[in-house]
Amino acid sequence: MKALLFVVLLFQCQLVLANAEVVEFSDESLRPRYQQLLEELRCPKCQNQNLADSNSPISNDLRVQVQRLLEEELSDQQIKDYLVARYSEFILYRPEVNQSTWLLWGSPIIFVLLGLLAIYRLYFKPQDLQAPGSSQGQSNSQITPQEQQRLDSLLADREQQ
Amino acid sequence: MNRLALFIPLSLFAGLTLVLLLGLDKDPTELPSALVGEPFPEFSLPSLQDPETLVTKQDFADEVLLVNVWATWCFACRIEHPSLNALAEQGVKIVGLNYKDQRKAAKLWLLERGNPYAFNIYDDQGSLGIDLGVYGAPETYLVDAQGIIRHRRVGVVDKRVWEAEFAALYLELTGTAPVLGATQ
Repeated sequence: MKALLFVVLLFQCQLVLANAEVVEFSDESLRPRYQQLLEELRCPKCQNQNLADSNSPISNDLRVQVQRLLEEELSDQQIKDYLVARYSEFILYRPEVNQSTWLLWGSPIIFVLLGLLAIYRLYFKPQDLQAPGSSQGQSNSQITPQEQQRLDSLLADREQQ
Repeated sequence: MNRLALFIPLSLFAGLTLVLLLGLDKDPTELPSALVGEPFPEFSLPSLQDPETLVTKQDFADEVLLVNVWATWCFACRIEHPSLNALAEQGVKIVGLNYKDQRKAAKLWLLERGNPYAFNIYDDQGSLGIDLGVYGAPETYLVDAQGIIRHRRVGVVDKRVWEAEFAALYLELTGTAPVLGATQ
């Protein structure tokens, strides 16, 4: 019984989904662009849904508006500009590179460079440094002859005692 | 030098904490205003009271005014209405933008609660709403005598909001200072 109910409800969901997408275009080639735009445009009322997913009234209006603008043969960029002029850059899920977003766009590059720098420091730099213990002979040779003389005499003293 | 470098992670953490802490105070539902400083969009729509009469931006008559976006389905508009009445009584010109509403219900609303509006634009399709970037009611715009939008408030205008966001600008534009009581 439960399984039957589950199956029935499952089909109900599909019906609802199918109903949501009745958009007529004069030219079918507009449809992929329409879908693409709805994916990339953000619903101004909801915090984290695009126009395609949101069923708020304002998203519905904006979908109709995008469709109308497509029929008026505006380019994708013109449609985005139209909406940005009214709803600000908030509406773009993929913000343009400008003064306030260059850090956002540039941060992946900056972090990769920082990572490379860290790797370089960790794996290549230590060989240039003279780590104590690893090169004892070398550090011995750095004593001046005077120091060597003094060391010898100290050791000689100790042996006499 | 090496010892100082040990503090780098801590200072990075402190910096990040500060940034995130400041972010907590921000209202994420508030969009940056794209239209502040821009001219109020041109429009030609029927008036609420008479479907035959078209109202346009010329009806703003080069006066400083508030444009208030409202609807009978908007609950917060009920709370806001007394404030608008009080402002109108003190001589503030308010133009209503009746947004995606039923004409009959909207007229009844004005009869019941008083009419603070000089006139109402009836935008049942929300077309002027889209031109203004409206994404919820109520919204209130302060428009200067040149028809430029000087301020936008998304949400209710009450005493606190009026004093914080509108009063100084309105005084500068008109030389008058309407006040709202604590209950408005």
